[in-house]
Amino acid sequence: MRNQRIIPAVLILAGICIAQTPDGNALLKKIDENMIARNKIITSRMIIHGRRGSRTIESRSWIQGAEKSFTEYLAPAREKGTKMLKLEDQLWTYTPSADRSIRISGHMLRQSVMGSDLSYEDMMEDPKLENLYDAAVVGEDTCLGRSCWVMELQAKVVDVAYHSRKIWIDKTRYNVLKEERYAKSGKLLKTTVISETMQVEGRWFAKRAVFKDVLNQGKGTEFILESLELDADIPDYIFSKAALRK
Amino acid sequence: MIRFLIKGLFRDRHRSLFPVITVTVGVTITVVLHCWITGVMGDFIDFNARFTTGHVKVVTRAYAENLEQRPIDLALLDTKAIVDSLKEQWPGYDWVQRIGFGGILDAPDSLGETRAQGPAMGFGIDLLSPETDEIGRMGIRDGLASGKLPERPGDILISDQFAHHLGVGPGDRVTLLTSTMYGAMAMQNFTIAGTVNFGIELMDRGAMIADLSDMQATLDMQDAAGEILGIAKNHRYQETVLAQMSDAFNKQWTDPEDEFSAVMLPLYEQNNLKSLIEYTSGMIGLMIFVFVLAMCVVLWNAGLIGGLRRYGEIGVRLAIGENKGHLYRAMILESVAIGICGTIAGTAIGLGLSWLLQTYGINVGDVMKNATMMIPDTFRADITPPAYFIGFIPGLFATVVGTSLSGIGIYRRQTASLFKELEA
Repeated sequence: MRNQRIIPAVLILAGICIAQTPDGNALLKKIDENMIARNKIITSRMIIHGRRGSRTIESRSWIQGAEKSFTEYLAPAREKGTKMLKLEDQLWTYTPSADRSIRISGHMLRQSVMGSDLSYEDMMEDPKLENLYDAAVVGEDTCLGRSCWVMELQAKVVDVAYHSRKIWIDKTRYNVLKEERYAKSGKLLKTTVISETMQVEGRWFAKRAVFKDVLNQGKGTEFILESLELDADIPDYIFSKAALRK
Repeated sequence: MIRFLIKGLFRDRHRSLFPVITVTVGVTITVVLHCWITGVMGDFIDFNARFTTGHVKVVTRAYAENLEQRPIDLALLDTKAIVDSLKEQWPGYDWVQRIGFGGILDAPDSLGETRAQGPAMGFGIDLLSPETDEIGRMGIRDGLASGKLPERPGDILISDQFAHHLGVGPGDRVTLLTSTMYGAMAMQNFTIAGTVNFGIELMDRGAMIADLSDMQATLDMQDAAGEILGIAKNHRYQETVLAQMSDAFNKQWTDPEDEFSAVMLPLYEQNNLKSLIEYTSGMIGLMIFVFVLAMCVVLWNAGLIGGLRRYGEIGVRLAIGENKGHLYRAMILESVAIGICGTIAGTAIGLGLSWLLQTYGINVGDVMKNATMMIPDTFRADITPPAYFIGFIPGLFATVVGTSLSGIGIYRRQTASLFKELEA
C-alpha cells in the first residue's frame, strides 16, 4: 500500500525535474537567435596581454548574418588600414604597406589574429552553434551573479575547429557567460570568461571578455565592445574584395 | 750493424718487400680512415655551426626553451650593444645576427590576385652590409641556380624548387605574409633576385633568404634579432673553450629572474647535438681502435710468418755459431727498419689520398636527397696532427711486437738437433 503511494510520487518529482531541464538543442537555437542579427556594426578594442607586455588594437567590423564580415583595423598606427574580408568559408586580408589582398588558407588559418588569443579559424567558424554541435544540459551554476545552465556541446560535423565545448548560458537572457573549448583528445584549448554584458535592442551581448589560448604562455586577450549597432544598413560593396583597397 | 742489416734487407727482397708492402697498405688505410672520419665529423659540426647553431649562440632564456621553434616573439632586444660587447670580448669569433621566421609566400597574377602560394621557412641574415660574409658562410654563391645575389633592400633569394612550385623567377615580385615579433600581421613585398639549390631537402622545399634589415623592418624588430651566432674564425670546434665562453657570458648577462635576459648556448647544448657528438665521437674512437687492432693483428701475423719463413736461415746462423741474443736483436732491428719504412711510405700515401679527399670531397647529395635534417651534401677528409703519427701504432709497434714474439722461438732451438732439423 505504502509502495503504491511512493512510486507515483517519485515519478511525478522526476517528471518535474525533467520538465525544468531544457532541451540542449533548443537552448542552442535560443543562443543563436540572441547572437546573430541580420546586420551588425561593431567597434571594439582588443588588449593583448603578451609575455612582453600589452598592446591595444582597435577595429570596426561590419557583419551580415553568419556568412559575411568585413573588419578594418583602426589603431595602432602599424596596423591601421589593415582589413579582413570573410565571405562564407574564404578569408582575405589586405595591408596598405604591401597594397595586396591575400587569401589566408591552410595552416595560416591556425595562426593568431594580430597576436591575440583568437585564431583566424575562430573567425571563420560558423557562429550558428546549432549548425555545428549537439548540445546537452549537464548542470547549473552561477556566473556574474546570474543563474546559468551548464551545457556540453559535441561536434556533429567533421571540419570543426573544436571537437567539444562547455558553455555557461544565462537562464533567461540566453547569452554565453563562460566557455571552454576542447580538442578531440579532451585537451582544453581555449577559455572565454565574460566579465560584463550589455543589452542592445532587447538582446544581450558580451561587453567585456577575456579570451585565453591555454597553450599560449601569454596572459590572454581582453575584448571590449565599444559600440554595437544592430540591423544597420550596410551597403553591399562592403563585402567585396574591391572594398579591401578602398 | 744497422747499416749491415739494412743492406741485407735491400739485397734480399724476400725479407723486406712483402713485409714493407703489408705495413704500407695497413698504415695507408689507417691514416685515410682517421682523416676521413675526423673530416666527416668536423664537416657536420662546421655545417651546423655555419647554418643554425654557431659554435655558440646567444638568445633570450625564453627563446632557449623553445629553440627549435625559433619563436621571434621571444627574440633578443638591444642586439647591437650585445654584439659590440661580444666582438670586444671574443675577437676570434664572427658575431652575426639572424632571424628565423615562417610565413606564406604569395605570388600574384597580373591583377594582383593570388596565383600561387606556399609555406616559407625564412632566414633573415646580413646580405647587404659591406663587411658581411654570410653569403660565403651559408654557401649561397655556390648554390645559386638562377639570377643573382641580392644587391639592394627588398631583394630576396628563394630555393629553386620553391620558385618552380610558385611559378616565379628572378625579377618577379612576391609577397610575404607573416606575423611580427608582437604577433601582428605583416605583409611585405619582395623581389626575387635569384634562386638557390641548397642541397638540403628541408630548405629546398621552401626556404627564403632576406636581408636582416628588411626582416627587422617587416617583423617590427628594430635592434632585435632571434639569435646572435658566434662562429670561430678558425672553424675549430673546441668544447672546453666554448664551455668557458658560455660560463663567462652567462655570469655577466643572464638574469635568472628575467626570461628575456640573454643566455649563451654552446653548440653541443643545442638541437640534441651533445648526445649526437658524444655518440659519434665514441663510435669513431671505437672504429679506429678496432681497425688499428685489426691492423696490429695482420702485421703481427706478417712478423710471425716472416719468422717462420726464415726458420731455415736462423738454423744455419745458429749452427755456424751466431749468438741467440744477437740473432734475436738483429731480427727486432730488422722489423724496426721495416716498420719505419712501411709506416713512412704508408703515412705519405695515406696523407696524399686524404689530401685528395680533403680537397675534392665526396658528394653524398643524392644519397641524402630526402633527409629532413641539416646535413652537408659534400663530406671531406680533414688532415689533423694525429694523422702524421697514428700510422706508427700499427706500422711500427705491431710489426716489432709480432717479430719479438715469433723470435722467442730462437731460444727454443737446440744446437745439438740443428743439423737433424736442417737435413729434414
